[in-house]
Amino acid sequence: MNLSMRWLKEFVTLDEMPMRDFTEAMTMSGSKVEGWETEGGEISNVIVGKILSLEKHPDSDHLWVTQVDVGSGSPVQIVTGAQNLKADDVVPVAMHNSTLPGGTKIKKGKLRGVESNGMLCSLGELGLTKHDFPYAVEDGIFVLQEDCALGQPICEALGFNDTKVEFEITSNRPDCFSVIGLAREAAATFDKPLRLHQPEVKAGHGSCAGLIALRVEAPDLCPFYSAKVVKNVRVKPSPRWMRERLRAMGVRPINNIVDITNYVMLEYGQPMHSFDLRFIKDSKIHVRRAKGGETITTLDGVERRLTENNLVIADAEKPIAIAGVMGGEYSGIVDDTNTIVFESACFNGASVRITARDQGMRTDSSSRYEKGLDPNNCLPALERACELVELLDAGDVMDDAVMESHASSERRRIRLDADWINRFLDIRLSEQEMKTILKKLDCTFDGNDILVPTFRPDLVHKADIAEEIARFYGYNKIPATALPGGAQGKYSTYQKFERTISDTMLTLGASEIMTYSFISPKYYDKIRMPADSPRRKSITISNPLGEDTSIMRTTALPSMLEVLSRNFNNRNPAACLFELAGEYIPTEENKLPIEKKTLTAGMYGDGCDFFTAKGMAEQILEKLCVFGYDIEASQEESSYHPGRCAVLSLNGKRLGVIGEIHPKVAENYGITDRICCFTLDVDLMFATAKPEKTYVPLPKFPAVTRDLALICDDEIPVLKLERAIIRGAGNLLEKINLFDVYRGEQIQSGKKSVAFSILLRSNDSTMTEEHTAAVMKKIMKELEKDGANLRS
Amino acid sequence: MKQELEAIREKAMRELEEAKGQQVLESLRIQYLGKKGELTSILKQMGSLSAEERPKIGQLANEIRAFIEQDLVKRAAELKEEETARRLEKEKIDVTMPGTRHELGHKHPLSIELDAIKEIFVGMGFEIVEGPEVEYDYYNFEALNIPKDHPARDTQDTFYINDNILLRTQTSPVQVRVMEKQKPPIRIISPGRVYRSDAVDATHSPLFHQIEGLVVDKGITFADLKGTLETFVKRMYGEDSVVRFRPHHFPFTEPSAEVDVQCFNCHGEGCRLCKGEGWIEILGCGMVHPKVLSNCGIDPEVYSGFALGMGLERVVMRKYSIDDMRLFYENDVRFLRQF
Repeated sequence: MNLSMRWLKEFVTLDEMPMRDFTEAMTMSGSKVEGWETEGGEISNVIVGKILSLEKHPDSDHLWVTQVDVGSGSPVQIVTGAQNLKADDVVPVAMHNSTLPGGTKIKKGKLRGVESNGMLCSLGELGLTKHDFPYAVEDGIFVLQEDCALGQPICEALGFNDTKVEFEITSNRPDCFSVIGLAREAAATFDKPLRLHQPEVKAGHGSCAGLIALRVEAPDLCPFYSAKVVKNVRVKPSPRWMRERLRAMGVRPINNIVDITNYVMLEYGQPMHSFDLRFIKDSKIHVRRAKGGETITTLDGVERRLTENNLVIADAEKPIAIAGVMGGEYSGIVDDTNTIVFESACFNGASVRITARDQGMRTDSSSRYEKGLDPNNCLPALERACELVELLDAGDVMDDAVMESHASSERRRIRLDADWINRFLDIRLSEQEMKTILKKLDCTFDGNDILVPTFRPDLVHKADIAEEIARFYGYNKIPATALPGGAQGKYSTYQKFERTISDTMLTLGASEIMTYSFISPKYYDKIRMPADSPRRKSITISNPLGEDTSIMRTTALPSMLEVLSRNFNNRNPAACLFELAGEYIPTEENKLPIEKKTLTAGMYGDGCDFFTAKGMAEQILEKLCVFGYDIEASQEESSYHPGRCAVLSLNGKRLGVIGEIHPKVAENYGITDRICCFTLDVDLMFATAKPEKTYVPLPKFPAVTRDLALICDDEIPVLKLERAIIRGAGNLLEKINLFDVYRGEQIQSGKKSVAFSILLRSNDSTMTEEHTAAVMKKIMKELEKDGANLRS
Repeated sequence: MKQELEAIREKAMRELEEAKGQQVLESLRIQYLGKKGELTSILKQMGSLSAEERPKIGQLANEIRAFIEQDLVKRAAELKEEETARRLEKEKIDVTMPGTRHELGHKHPLSIELDAIKEIFVGMGFEIVEGPEVEYDYYNFEALNIPKDHPARDTQDTFYINDNILLRTQTSPVQVRVMEKQKPPIRIISPGRVYRSDAVDATHSPLFHQIEGLVVDKGITFADLKGTLETFVKRMYGEDSVVRFRPHHFPFTEPSAEVDVQCFNCHGEGCRLCKGEGWIEILGCGMVHPKVLSNCGIDPEVYSGFALGMGLERVVMRKYSIDDMRLFYENDVRFLRQF
């Protein structure tokens, strides 16, 4: 909301102070200033001058050499190309070393050999339009008809020097969307009296009874409706003071009638509307819900289909305005308008909001209504509009108004509980001091009851009163105290578990990523998720920004691949990444989904392969003390390479997957490198982790190492051989280390050679040669059962 | 015999001095002192000496043996020293060559700052509570004093799943869930992802992170709110930070405030960073609205409390001078490695 300082000062006299002090104080009392600017602030050294003479330029057929009196005694010679000047015209003169809007600098120079000591300006060159000065021409020098002195700075002479302040008005304060509302805040902030003006209408042009009939058929959506008739309308430009104020508030002046409605809306915060009586069929105004299928062509020329949710102003047969939003095309003021009806009404905020939203047109008017306006403001605003009609000689105001009220003018009562407020805010004000603050805000009192003005619907509870006291006492004068001690802050076990996952992944060289939780359903195709997979059933956003972000992911794998792909395309040679990613698994209709976390890791480059990913997964599981999981080769994971994928399970539940990404999936993401990923179910890991550690004494006796070179069928997994060794060695086994797997020459086809180094240690003696040999024999027996023999 | 012994001493001295390497030294030891060594073989002839001469020659022979032994040790030490010096010389490297580095993982900048913020609040006695991101309309809006058709719903453009379920637009619903379940005293923060239908650009993202805090107890005052947040700001931005509380409006708090920190760059003068205001808005807060307390089954006549909320992305962007929010979700490793 813009505010003209000149307009504000009509209602409250402020001491002279720098703008910065004004904006600071207003901000700190709750009306936040976003910025301010002085009109014509960029213009300097442009003054009023009078053309003394014009002569044709000797070397040009379109240039003129003028002598201009700028009040300095000696005339200034300026060359101009404008053709609309004559002697005695008063014009804006940009002198040597002047600045125009946009930062244009004017300096003296020669035009075709003739000295020119400045420039004569048009409206546009001063940053103005014909709306600001309707008498001026647009394609020529601005010939002033203002009362001004030669040599006077142009902005002063034109009144183009108001300061406009931009306020951020919060949604609870519709009253502050007006000059009077902000003036009230300013008066309270600076402790100055607020001078409100009581509109006076002379009227005397007869009763409007019979001219217009009103019926409010939807009183729930229209608590108050009033209208007044103005005859013999004289449409013309409004006076300069009104145009100036409108301009400073960011509203374009049009003509006196339109300007009056805008002026009153800005001053009172009450939207006004004017109808041409000719276009009100049978002179009947019905405020009613639209009938299904009804249409209206609004002022902007758009035909709109209405529903029963839309409140309209209708005549005997059709809607002539969408209430509180926009008028119909014939309701505007045209040159031959003779009689108008001024409407000042209050409509239900929620209803206006829904209508404006459904019709896709938010207007100045609707944005005010939707915050909830005071029905008691309608009549004063209507009176003010009629007063302005008379002041501007814009028409003849008829004596009475038509109105229908379903609103209460009674003030809400809130008990002033000074003790509670003092305790709540930790301040010490007397009841009297609180009343003084509240009085500035137009509150009155009945004993200890506060009577809240009807324009403050936000004041309901004593906490609301506390806020009013606090902001005028000063938020920054309230002390700052520490919370009582004794509370123990902590992280939950789960939060610590997550932290351990994250820290371990970082230690292992993976960097953390964060990705959007919503994806495109097409991403499931990209990772080759089977068409009948239950994981395709996702929570769907009904109003997504786009298809790419339209469903909540049930797997974070596509998000990871997306990031790897982006890195690959950005020519990063390697990446190793992880995310503790949320996944959203739908449950029942109308129930919230299960939100679970999955540790998702992905990598490419730097020679990483399946075993890099597997090693990382094993290490994280070890660090988290998740033991006893099974690992099995799987060809079922469609996103992964069928020969390079393993599924991890724990107590019959799926713990995760490790694998190289299927080349077709990699291709879908445009990655030509091998990508390896793993996923681990965080909740399952958390449920089974046994992080209690006990110390195991360091060994007292030396260990013996034996190497085993085995030969077996190629199909036998190494894990099977390791398990055989574990069975054979029993508790003497300290460590198995696989150091070679070989297929090829010297090995029968279909077979492979596998070599392990085995570390054996006894807790109670040094292993003897015989003992060791016996254990190795047992190990071999187990291995032979599983189809492995010593390589000879 | 005496001359012979003296000659051996002379010869041994000379040869030892010239000896190069430990092996030469060892063969010299054997040559002189070994069982078949020169000194031994002379001593074997001792029997032919007179009883008078025998002890003298014997003494001399022992002296010479001791002398040679001593020389051997000395020479061995010298040789070792030389050898070490040679090795050190040979092993010289160019220490300006780059070190061998291990790839370290980098924490996401949003995590780094979120952890820092959590740490501060845990230090002040807060617990961390998380809640669902796909949430009921009731918890996200209604319970927070934002009924259907409230204008505040317009400013938080919401992603809906259906009429009752949405993607939370704030982490405040967690506060409601906590208040429903737990009797005061309550002292929590709830960080997490929130969603608003803002198209992606340098300063907007349809998904971002919020951290909200809630304190409810008997006798909690606006002064407690100020004290807690001042402490937070000073721990976050430094002890010399200047803080101000400015009236504002949120539907779920009353009185409400926004907290500004004096611009770190210009110290209140006004500059580009603070858009000329001299202050930078960092969080919103207020006393929990009595209606919200009673919606959650807490008697506002007995208890009071305060709530606060801030956006994580903006905190991190300001701290590291990051000018584009998209970088957080693009996860280019060249970006991640900077943190």
